Amino acid sequence: MKFLCIDCDEVMTFAERELPGDGTLAAVFECPDCGREMAMLTNPMETKLVSGLGIQVGGRTVPDQPLELVRSSVTTGDEQAFADLPLTAGTVRWSEAAAERLQGVPGFVRGMVKKIYGEYAVERGIEEITPEIMDRARQDLGLEGM
Amino acid sequence: MTERTRKVRTYHEVADPDSEDIVGQIEAQRSKLVGRLADIDRLVVVASGKGGVGKSAITANLAALIAERGRRVGAIDGDLHGPSLAAMLGAERTPLVVSEHGVEPAVGAAGVKLMSMDLVLSDGAPLEWRQPEVAGFVYQSTLDTGAVRELLADVVWGELDFLLIDAPPGTDKLARLLELLPVIDTLLLVTTPSEAARRAVGRTVRQAHGTGISTIGLVANMTAHECPDCGRSEPMFEADGAARLATETGLELWAEVPFEPRFAVATDAGRPLVLEAPESPAARELGRLATKLANATSDTA
Ligand SMILES: Nc1ncnc2c1ncn2[C@@H]1O[C@H](COP(=O)(O)OP(=O)(O)OP(=O)(O)O)[C@@H](O)[C@H]1O
Ligand SMILES: [Mg+2]
Ligand SMILES: [Zn+2]
Repeated sequence: MKFLCIDCDEVMTFAERELPGDGTLAAVFECPDCGREMAMLTNPMETKLVSGLGIQVGGRTVPDQPLELVRSSVTTGDEQAFADLPLTAGTVRWSEAAAERLQGVPGFVRGMVKKIYGEYAVERGIEEITPEIMDRARQDLGLEGM
Repeated sequence: MTERTRKVRTYHEVADPDSEDIVGQIEAQRSKLVGRLADIDRLVVVASGKGGVGKSAITANLAALIAERGRRVGAIDGDLHGPSLAAMLGAERTPLVVSEHGVEPAVGAAGVKLMSMDLVLSDGAPLEWRQPEVAGFVYQSTLDTGAVRELLADVVWGELDFLLIDAPPGTDKLARLLELLPVIDTLLLVTTPSEAARRAVGRTVRQAHGTGISTIGLVANMTAHECPDCGRSEPMFEADGAARLATETGLELWAEVPFEPRFAVATDAGRPLVLEAPESPAARELGRLATKLANATSDTA
């Protein structure tokens, strides 16, 4: 898919992604010439079709994780199936509220989610992960269903 | 009437890449898979087109036997919805270690490295995907194919002499598996002497010919049954479908594995027959098959 600003005859570039959490997705595109913005809104089925291919709208922003599709999309996984090794890139603290929220993530995918948030924080020099950071990371990284 | 002459450039007239870069992302997945399989000497797919003919049991026994002979062997259970390889290879269920390199495979009989959905699903649970409430089935094959791709590409196989893939029944699923694999050294097609198997496997042979796999071997399973009392060998099926299939397709019959009750008892309990009773007729025939496989694949390599 390409988005063309008709007035400028320019291809609009991907600007940001929003995940309201109901399975839908908003991808914002911007004209590099006139600055006009538009949003592409996808319904849950369209969103799923793309994520089912292991693909992210707007391009990949996190390196893909081992068994990412399986871990993020299987609902009948064993809570104890995986033992994720800790981050090698650096260390981050988890605030109590953030740690609590992480506990709400199914064990099948928790270790992977923790690692993705951890890498996000380390890359940006964030020392402590809070629920707000988690929200921001989810939007920035396009983590649907994690 | 208002005049409408505005002309919008077409997709192909716009040279810029796609916004979501689907093609680029799929190519990245592909090169990851190719990179992972680069250290594997021989890729062997065990398939049939017919269900219940012994694909998994033969995969498990071949893997264990080749490993027992000192080669580095991996096995993938390509059957996501009816996984059985982990149980047949007696793999212990411990949490799979995930590092930045990928998921460490489980280890089964004779040290075979193994990956199966069975190892990650809740005990006894079927594979269920999170999918939209309406028309979820539309996504099923996309998700399934993605999962098989991950089993191949995201597992730390390391260097292997052989990677055996137990294919699910049905030509549709086999087609998707074959499409994912960059090269296939050998395709083993398991059949039984029954007429039903001859017809079903015949379809798979035609399908395989279309994919250009050079080495295809037919394995006839459950051919004869030895009477435990008198020791006489009786055919299991009246038909000679496997022999007919070989003649019709011009493929060579690589092995004829007899039916042996303890084959199932041992293998299904996680102790492949070739290790438990290496002198039994079925195990000896599997031994010949393993030798044939090793020679065939080295010819073409
Ligand atoms: N030669 C044999 N003698 C005795 N039992 C056998 C023999 N071959 C296979 N079996 C047993 O038959 C049963 C079916 O075999 P298996 O599960 O390997 O078939 P399959 O082709 O993989 O089935 P599916 O299509 O469901 O994947 C198993 O219990 C297996 O141990
Ligand atoms: Mg099977
Ligand atoms: Zn513009």
